[in-house]
Amino acid sequence: MTADFRLPRGGRIDRDRPLRFTFNGRSLTGRQGDTLASALLANGVHQVTTSIKYGRPRGIMAAGVEEPNALVQLAEPVSEPMLTATTVELCDGLVAEGLVGHGRLGDEPDPARYDSKHAHCDVLVIGAGPAGLAAALTAARSGARVVVVDDQSAAGGSLLGRDDYLDDRSSDAWVRDVVAELDATPDVLRLDRTTAFGAYQDGFVLALQRRTDHLGFDAPRHVARHRIWRIRATQTVIATGAHERPIVFDDNDRPGIMLAGAARTYLHRYGVQVGKRVGVFTTNDSAYVAAIELAEAGIDVPVLFDARQDVPQRLRAECAARGIDVYPGHVVTGTEGRDHLTDVHIGPVGGERCDTVGCDTLLVSGGWNPAVHLFSQLGGQLRYAPSLGAYVPAEALSSARVVGSAAGSFELMACIEQGAEAGRAALTAAGFSPGADVTVPVADTRPDEVAAMVLWRVPEGAPKVPLGTEYVPKVPFGTAGDDNSADARFVDLQRDATVSDVLRATGAGLRSLEHVKRYTTIGTAHDQGKTSGMVAAGIVAEALGEDLAERRPTTFRPPYTSVPFAALGGRDRGELYDPVRVTALHDWHVAHGAEFEDVGQWKRARHYPRYDEDMHAAVLRECRAAREGVALMDASTLGKIDVQGPDAPALLDMLYTNMMSTLKVGRIRYGVMCGIDGMVIDDGTVIRLADDRFLLTTTTGNAAMVLDWIEEWLQTEWPHLRVFATSVTEHWVTVPLVGPRSRDVLAALAPDIDVSNDAFGFMTWQDTTVAGIPARVCRISFSGELAYEINVNAWHGLALWEALIEAGEPYGITPYGTETMHVLRAEKGYPIVGQDTDGTVTPQDLGMSWAVSKKKTDFIGKRSFSRPENLRPDRKHLVGLLPADPTVPLPEGGQIIEHDYVPEPPVRALGHVTSSYDSAALGRTFAFALLRSGRERVGEKLYVPVGDDLVAVTVTDTVFYDKEGARRDG
Amino acid sequence: MQLIPCPWCGPREEVEFHYGGQAHVAYPAEPAELSDEEWASFVFFRDNPRGPFAERWSHAAGCRRWFNAVRDTRSYELLAVYRPDQERPVTT
Repeated sequence: MTADFRLPRGGRIDRDRPLRFTFNGRSLTGRQGDTLASALLANGVHQVTTSIKYGRPRGIMAAGVEEPNALVQLAEPVSEPMLTATTVELCDGLVAEGLVGHGRLGDEPDPARYDSKHAHCDVLVIGAGPAGLAAALTAARSGARVVVVDDQSAAGGSLLGRDDYLDDRSSDAWVRDVVAELDATPDVLRLDRTTAFGAYQDGFVLALQRRTDHLGFDAPRHVARHRIWRIRATQTVIATGAHERPIVFDDNDRPGIMLAGAARTYLHRYGVQVGKRVGVFTTNDSAYVAAIELAEAGIDVPVLFDARQDVPQRLRAECAARGIDVYPGHVVTGTEGRDHLTDVHIGPVGGERCDTVGCDTLLVSGGWNPAVHLFSQLGGQLRYAPSLGAYVPAEALSSARVVGSAAGSFELMACIEQGAEAGRAALTAAGFSPGADVTVPVADTRPDEVAAMVLWRVPEGAPKVPLGTEYVPKVPFGTAGDDNSADARFVDLQRDATVSDVLRATGAGLRSLEHVKRYTTIGTAHDQGKTSGMVAAGIVAEALGEDLAERRPTTFRPPYTSVPFAALGGRDRGELYDPVRVTALHDWHVAHGAEFEDVGQWKRARHYPRYDEDMHAAVLRECRAAREGVALMDASTLGKIDVQGPDAPALLDMLYTNMMSTLKVGRIRYGVMCGIDGMVIDDGTVIRLADDRFLLTTTTGNAAMVLDWIEEWLQTEWPHLRVFATSVTEHWVTVPLVGPRSRDVLAALAPDIDVSNDAFGFMTWQDTTVAGIPARVCRISFSGELAYEINVNAWHGLALWEALIEAGEPYGITPYGTETMHVLRAEKGYPIVGQDTDGTVTPQDLGMSWAVSKKKTDFIGKRSFSRPENLRPDRKHLVGLLPADPTVPLPEGGQIIEHDYVPEPPVRALGHVTSSYDSAALGRTFAFALLRSGRERVGEKLYVPVGDDLVAVTVTDTVFYDKEGARRDG
Repeated sequence: MQLIPCPWCGPREEVEFHYGGQAHVAYPAEPAELSDEEWASFVFFRDNPRGPFAERWSHAAGCRRWFNAVRDTRSYELLAVYRPDQERPVTT
């Protein structure tokens, strides 16, 4: 079809601004103010795509977010999948294509900006239709801070899709006046193109604002494309309107079949006639108005079928005056047409006779579902309203009010009145006094005459085809052989789920709608069942012979509409995704070619490759330097906690498994911390600075956790202890100077101290100056080598580092990274908490009973050590593993099994590899493992499956190098 | 996202807080005197009521102070907040 379906007049579009666009490869023209859907319909294009399971042609069914069919993928001006044509604002140069069920992410990085903003207000109004505008204006006149959000490009809500008069003026004039007053009122923030998609406790509402999409290629790059509003409101007014409900009948999915209210919107908002010859099928009065208005616009509307026997007489008379034949008690029983509707089969309810009417468009109205999504998200209870065939709010919430058609009230003046009332109640509850009343204008709308009928689907037994005709579907189904494929009574059009699917679910014994939903996938598509959910609920209740009012209503969950991840991510991506912490020496590491690894938020130098070295070669070289000459590393990321106060010794005795109160000033002790369950949570050194002052070190990744741990015990269990704990991690630059020649280097730079072993023993510390910088030097070794850990104020860190490099030059001083640190510590059997432990490992499992005090009556974790579970002989112990082939590295995480073959599953794993390295000092590979009864297995031969191979390993103790500890003192 | 009324700072966003489990579970005075079962009950077992529940919170990204709160586990409503050394207040 190429005919022009744009009416000569009407519509809230700019006819002087044509917009060129491309859809499914066709060049078409729309107008400024169109959506993609209205522009397609203006060009006579109904079919957008085909359906996901059966490949049936599918068209535009709605005019808003409830659209179940018209999924499109944008290529220009931005690449974006899974949008509905009914919500994409047309722009010049737009290129789109229809999507069959799922989209494709663009393969280019998204250059657009996204951000978020907080807003705080007294009254939040969601929806700028007649009810919302009345509420907002009432609240604004009180001086309250008001935020109004609306998902459309302009305020007005349902009025945009109608041509009502208010006080003898076009409703546009009323909307314009209200908006002008709102915009002129200080402390009112009105946001168009902003969808409230989540409502949470304490007045918190999330909304997505589309700031630049409608500008197309003219969108300024510096403006965030989407913005997430985080709104905190004292009171919320929910005026989100309603979605029209379809009726299920045979072949109810053809392009050309659409909701009656949508046709009205296309007429009044976009000046588009949805068809040349339009039939109507309804269960309520609202579709009469659509039929009358379309006829008034010059469109041929020959027939209206009303499932009710009792039809509205005044509306019927108006129809008659416009040549519309009203058929009471008639239902649509089927349709024909390949790519587009051509014929509608109709018949009386329960009758035998059947007729066929030629129509290119069929408008359907099964009633209206109030958009109670946000109210339900807030925890508001819903109630089934039998007169509406829909859920409505069942209770009042203290801080949220639902008004207008969202509350099941569809009459225009009543909506405005309710809005004004809710605005008044909200502003009062927020502590304001009402200002001038908002007068409710007189509307010229046609009142409803006859109660609506609730009809989920055209009943069985109604004639489907003209009598005497053999029924042959004109559109073949895609999946031959599927039992359900013969059913074309679609409940969820996007999911291609039919009445048969629902009945199969109930037939299988499913009763809960939540279960039926998961079984049939109804309501799980992009539209989250906005047109299908209520219908499905009705069909399920019917099938079970139950009253919907007795059944538990659906609970709606955020988001109301889909939200791009990019918008949720906002600016928190790339470098801003997470804070990056660097040490004072970071620039030096970068300048000297270090490769980095992430340790928590820290960037740590992993190794320093020279020339074309790979990591393996670099680490072997760095290890050799530490074992044979002198090497240094940046250990500044080590957590450091300053613990002060007269009760500090008592606190540390509870925190650590070993005794800390007996530590002498000037000395250092290694310590292990456990949880109350006796499992290791951290380890580190404790140095005693004074009787009432200690400095604790923690592992890099656990620094914050350990400080929190200390605070928790101090504040909640032992508030009587006079202790303060302070993080000083970033105050210090910490440089371990490691290797047999470290003493020579230190001696050259620290003339004030005697660096001999006798004068400066292992596990002691001294304050002195190093390279003229005040420094605290500790005899600590995490490598087994003679080592000095030099701590200086972070400001002087680089000066210290460069002085050490210079002084060590004669000895070939070598910077090393975390990878070498790991190898060196592993060669000496030192575990790393978090790598060799996983929260199920006790100090005893690690072979560290020596670090567990037997003298202390209590410390955190002590009582758990004697639990039977922790005394089991088959607990996993930390052990060493040596692969039979010394060149084979074991994979960390590799499982350990008993046999030299892989037996039938289930295969009993005895444990797993926790650390694995190649050692320069040993000239071979080695590993740590947590192994069941590990210490009893030393000497045993076990196997680690690696890919298709089994690597034979021998179990050893954990110390691989310098078992006597001879190297420690140089 | 809830607003949580820190007793020291006033209402603040939920993300600033850290949850600390059931309140009023004191560390036993003499752990060594407890049976394995009693100790396991202290370490592993906590109440999980439907309705008001006294629990510990820490304003981790704020004043870093711990406090107790009575929260209705059905509605998430915080019925009372109080200092760790105070008795659980009567809530309705």
